[in-house]
Formats: sequence, structure tokens, C-alpha cells
Amino acid sequence: MSKLIISGSPHVHGDESVSKIMYTVVLALVPAMLVSVYFFGFDAIRVLAISVAACVFFEWLIQKYLIKGPLTINDGSAVVAGVLLAFNVPANLPWWILVIGALVTIGVGKMSFGGLGRNPFNPALVGRVFMLISFPVQMTSWPVPKPLFAPQLTDAITGPTALGILKEGIGAGKTIDQIMADPHMPDYIDRLTGNMSGSLGEMSAMALILGGIFMVIRKVIDWQVPVSIIATVYVFAGIFHLIDPQHYIEPAFHLFTGGLMLGAIYMATDMVSSPMSMKGKVVYGVGIGLLTIIIRLWGAYPEGISFAILILNAFTPLINMTMKPKRFGKATA
Amino acid sequence: MKLKTFALGGVHPEEHKLSANAPIVNLPLPAQLVVPLGQNLGAPPKPIVKKGDEVKTGQLIARAEAFISANLHAPATGKVVKVDEATDTSGYRRPAIYIEVSGEDKWAEGINPTNELVTRLDYSRDEIIAKVKEAGIVGLGGATFPTHVKLMLPPGKKADYLLINGVECEPYLTSDHRLMLEKAQEIMQGIRLMMIALEVKRAIIGVENNKPDAIAHLAAMALAHPGISVQALKVKYPQGGEKQLIKALVNREVPSGKLPIEVGCVVSNVGTAFAVYEAVTKNKPLIERVVTVTGLGLTKPSNFLVRIGTPVSALIQAAGGMPENSGKIINGGPMMGKAMTTPEVPVVKGSSGILIMPRELSSRKEPQACIRCSKCTTVCPMGLEPYLLARLSKLERYEDTEREQIMDCIECGSCQFTCPSNIPLLDYLRLGKFRTGQLIRNRK
Repeated sequence: MSKLIISGSPHVHGDESVSKIMYTVVLALVPAMLVSVYFFGFDAIRVLAISVAACVFFEWLIQKYLIKGPLTINDGSAVVAGVLLAFNVPANLPWWILVIGALVTIGVGKMSFGGLGRNPFNPALVGRVFMLISFPVQMTSWPVPKPLFAPQLTDAITGPTALGILKEGIGAGKTIDQIMADPHMPDYIDRLTGNMSGSLGEMSAMALILGGIFMVIRKVIDWQVPVSIIATVYVFAGIFHLIDPQHYIEPAFHLFTGGLMLGAIYMATDMVSSPMSMKGKVVYGVGIGLLTIIIRLWGAYPEGISFAILILNAFTPLINMTMKPKRFGKATA
Repeated sequence: MKLKTFALGGVHPEEHKLSANAPIVNLPLPAQLVVPLGQNLGAPPKPIVKKGDEVKTGQLIARAEAFISANLHAPATGKVVKVDEATDTSGYRRPAIYIEVSGEDKWAEGINPTNELVTRLDYSRDEIIAKVKEAGIVGLGGATFPTHVKLMLPPGKKADYLLINGVECEPYLTSDHRLMLEKAQEIMQGIRLMMIALEVKRAIIGVENNKPDAIAHLAAMALAHPGISVQALKVKYPQGGEKQLIKALVNREVPSGKLPIEVGCVVSNVGTAFAVYEAVTKNKPLIERVVTVTGLGLTKPSNFLVRIGTPVSALIQAAGGMPENSGKIINGGPMMGKAMTTPEVPVVKGSSGILIMPRELSSRKEPQACIRCSKCTTVCPMGLEPYLLARLSKLERYEDTEREQIMDCIECGSCQFTCPSNIPLLDYLRLGKFRTGQLIRNRK
């Protein structure tokens, strides 16, 4: 008889693996990918391909020649970062900006901290915010969606986002009613399906929610983070809307415009940079929701969730230290 | 109806109850028995026989001298050939009594070795405890805590419930399942006797819902026994854990660092209840037990009634022999059992099963970086943070592991089972528990 293997218990393992989790996330992103291809056509494919390829390439390059460590490009995390990065930029972004963004995402956001599992911030958001600050013009020139099979009605190539129109209108002293009358403002149906200007993957709330439900069912994310962000945004924005409906827009508007759904469901739930306990996840989600609305209402940018997530990422270690799971035998009396 | 279960965490490993339909079979006596002295939690008993002594089946061969200890009896008739060391199932060398088996079973005086059902219950509390102590009974669920000690409640403590563990949540194991099907009457008597000893009015037998035949059979039997009921439980590992079982059955939480009696409960295994019955009504010491021998490659997954001291290799032989591609022999179940270095070790009181794993399933997968997915925290039935405890243990920060309640870890392995990065969390936790325990003891 050949030698027996000795190791500690347990002697069986569930079927979870890192790559399985990562590719489940990619699968969850497919509906939003299809919507972006529908609205932006070849441009969407171009941006996705460049972003994913650049992220995987830079991870390989850094691991092979700088760290000289084991290669982990097969675990799928670079692919996830690549798709998410692409989702956070306009479909007409010049390729070289995207490549620089991918380098920052992988090089600064991930590898500089030691690779997967050690990055305190969501790498794709690090890349996105870097591009937003460095290339503000290119990063905020959104193409108008051109549905694949629809007749072309306008000649416009780029247009403002719903949040952009709102911010500008408020800045110009217009009332909400006046702003909503703007012909560029997407209506309810467009906001839900994603037929509006915006970053590649942030537009279709329906597609993003669909993927989110899939991830919750497959236990890749916990519902606590997205639900607490969305609920906080709704309640907080709702309070101000009740106080002054002509200055603060209705709360549902905030849910279906800009990157809120993408951020809440796919960026804030990044395992590595979000808290571990369920209590901690709720605190983190509420924090992101509050900060998002604060930035949207009173900040310099029309959009706020990227910054809100990055800032709460920084609080994750503190939240982990203080928000412990409910221990067995410590009954809540 | 929603089935009862414990609240926090838990996992559901793939079930392979291969031997569930194999009735309990008597395993023939081997030529030699090796009876290790340390088969119980606590101090090992002291041998009272020497080389050359003739012993009868059931005769006392080692006496418990400490409070937490258990007597040991000759599992068969024969001659003591030596008192020497032997490798036990965990790979340690321990003192053991070697008995050359004569082949003929001559039982020691006063023991009733027949299978007839005795339903006499007019024993006093002290009588029951004395007989259980004499018979060397320990918890047969695997923890091997001396049963007579458990039956003697600390002064001032009162038990409301006797909870009987028929959960058998380990995948593959079926020894308790078969016992519940084949010895239900005897188990009921054993429970009644323990209820008398503990002076409790209510006993609940918890059985996981993957054994509907056992639940139905026990429930039918329990009708004749007022105070005893059967509760079907949702299938979830580690429900056989004492604290998880109490939570599932009576919704009470044993406080951190305390014993079940703190919440008015005493927990005992179905196998132990059977042993108590035999000890009290038949004066039969604990010299045999039911052992499941199983594995995916095994030709005859079986449940054997085995004399203590029988080599594990004889059990494997009787179950069809070691499959060609075997990689691991586990004493116990796949979640909490110990990998054995050799099958040439004796069956002891705590052996509930022998599991043979094919080579391709025997090696661990390559560990990867922790992605902080928090699955280990979600599945921990004690509400601990395994990722954190493992990290602190690795950094040798034992004051921090103590503060994070590492001593509450029940070593169920759910965290490691679920870890997508294949990190050996439980290895680190065990090491951390050991070191933290030293730290706590040194402080006293």
C-alpha cells in the first residue's frame, strides 16, 4: 500500500473557489454588458475588450517582471476589474486613457498593496477616479445612446447625463420643474432601461439589479450592502425632497441615474475592500448612501458614489475592528 | 412546517450515507486485542492485570482512580501477553494491555450477555450512577467524557432536559442511525435510566431529517415512554455539537466558557444511552461499540458491532478490503475525524467510524490569498471570525486571540470547508487555541 496522506480535519471541502466567485461576478455583469452593446454598439465592445485585456496584461506583467511571484491571472479577478473599469467610463473614451486607467487600476489599486486580497480600495474605482481627475473632459463627454435597430433621430454625438443636467440646472437657479422640462432629461422608462447618456455599464438599472439578484442567490455578495446603500439614498434624498421639492429632486431619481446601482451592487460589494460582518456591512452601506447624497446635493461633482465608496473603503478596517458578528452564547438580553 | 435547527452559521457537506441500509453485523473476534489505557477524556485508568493473567470477557483490567476517568474491561476472554505501548488512532504511543484471545467467550460473573430486552426500571439514582461508573461508560459521540461524571450534577444545579443526540451530522457515518433503528427499545430504557439519575422529567431525542425511518421508529417507541419525545431537525452541520443541539432543541444558548448544565441541559449520545441500558440492567461493561466502515471506493460499506481493541485493519478487511486507490484513512467522519498513520491501530471507545478516502480526494487544494469574502464568518456556528483568528494565531498574538474568543471554537471545520481560497483555517485555529490555552493556564 502506498503512503497514507495525513492532514488535519476537515477532510472534505465545499466547491467554492476564488475563480468560481470571480466568474460568477462576470456572469452577473453579462446583462448590463448586453445593454451597453445594444446602446453603444461596437464602441462598447471596444472599451470592454481594451479594458479587460489591459488589466489582465498589466497583472501578468507586474507579477512576472516586477514582483517575480506566482501568476494569478487565471483567478478571474483581473477580468472582473477590467469589466468594472470599462463600465465606469464613457463608451467613446480614447483607448490610451483607458490603458492608463487599467495600469492605475492594477498597478496602484491592486498590486502596490500586494495583490488580490490585500487592496484596501476597490481597484476599478481607483482607476476610475484617477481618470476622472486627470482627464475630466474626456471622462465626462458621454455619447448619446444609439439603439442598434432604432432609427437615428438626433445628430448629437455627446450629451449631458441626467445628473449633469440636474446639477447645472440647480446651479443656474432653476426649479426642479424647469429642469425636468429640459428635452435632454431622460424620462422614467429611459431611466429604468438605461436609454440615456452615461458611463458604459451604469445605465440600465434593470440589468444591474438582475445580476445583483443572481449574485445574492449564488452567495457571491450579501444583500446587506446594496440594500442599505439604496435604502439610505432613498430615505436621505427623500427627506430633503419633502422639505423643498422645488430644490431637491424626488428620491427615486437618484436611484436610477448615474452610477448608483452599479456602485451599490458591484463596486461597494467588492469582498476585499468591504467589511466582514453583517452589522459592519450595514454600517458601511449606510455610510456610502449618506456620503453619496451629500456629494450629489452639495458637492462639486454631479455624481458621488465612486468617492463615497472609496472613502468608506478606508473605514473598512475600523468597521471590522468594532462591528463584530453576534457571538454564540452572548444572548442579546 | 419549518424544521428546527440552530441559528448561527453551519454548512451542508455532501451526504454519502453509503452504509445506511447495512444492518449492524457482529465482527468476529480477532486473535489479539490491544486495549489502550487512555480511551476517555481525563486521566487514564491504572492497569490491575499483569503479563500472564487469564481474563474473562467483561472483567475489570484497569481501574479509574481519578474523578474524571473511566474503568476499562477485558473485551474478550484470553491471556494478557504484555502491558506495553501501542500506537492509537491519533498516532500517539500510549500504554495498552495486549490480550491474546482464546476464542471462547467466557463472561465474567454477574454479566448478562444476551440480547433479551430488560425493562426493569426500579433503580435508584445512586445505583444507576454506580453501575454506569463501574461499566466504564464514556460519551460515545466521540468526546469520550466519562458518563457517570455527567450524571452527577454539580451541587446547586438542576437539569430541566436530557437531550439525546441522534443527529449524526457527519457525512458518511451511520452507526447511530443503525442503532436507532435496531435498538430503539433499549435506547428508550437507557434514556429512562438517565432521566432517573438526573431527576429530569423531559428528554428530547434530536434526529436530523435525513433519517426519516429512525425518526418514525423512535417516535413510535417513545409513545410508551412519557416524558420522552423525538424532534426532527433540519439537516445542517455541526448540529451534533452540544451547544448547537441545545440551541436547536430548546432554544437556549450556553454562555461562552460554560457547560450545558448552566442552561439546565444535559446532552448525551444515543449510543451512550444504549450503553447505559446495558450497564444498568445487564451489568455489561463498555467492551464493544458500533463502528461504521465506509468510503466511496469500498465494496461493502458496513456497520459492525466491534469489541474494543480490534485492529482497524480487521474492520476494513471485513468491509471488502482497502481499495486500490486509497489515500487516507480517517478515524471518525470527514469533518472532524483524524487522519490515521496506519490501519494497525485498535478500535477504542470513541471510534464511531472508519472512513477511507480515495487518493484523488485526500489531498488539500493549494491555498490562495484570502479574498476577505467573509464566508468563514458567515458559517461559523459560534459567531467567531475565523479569518481573523487564523491571522492572529499566525502572528502569535495570543492575547488578541483570547479577546476574540478563540477558546469558543468547537473545531467543527465549517470555516475551512467553505473557504474559497483553501486556507487551512482550522490548523491555525487549533494552534491558536493550544497556545492561548497555555497563556490562560500560566496566568492562574
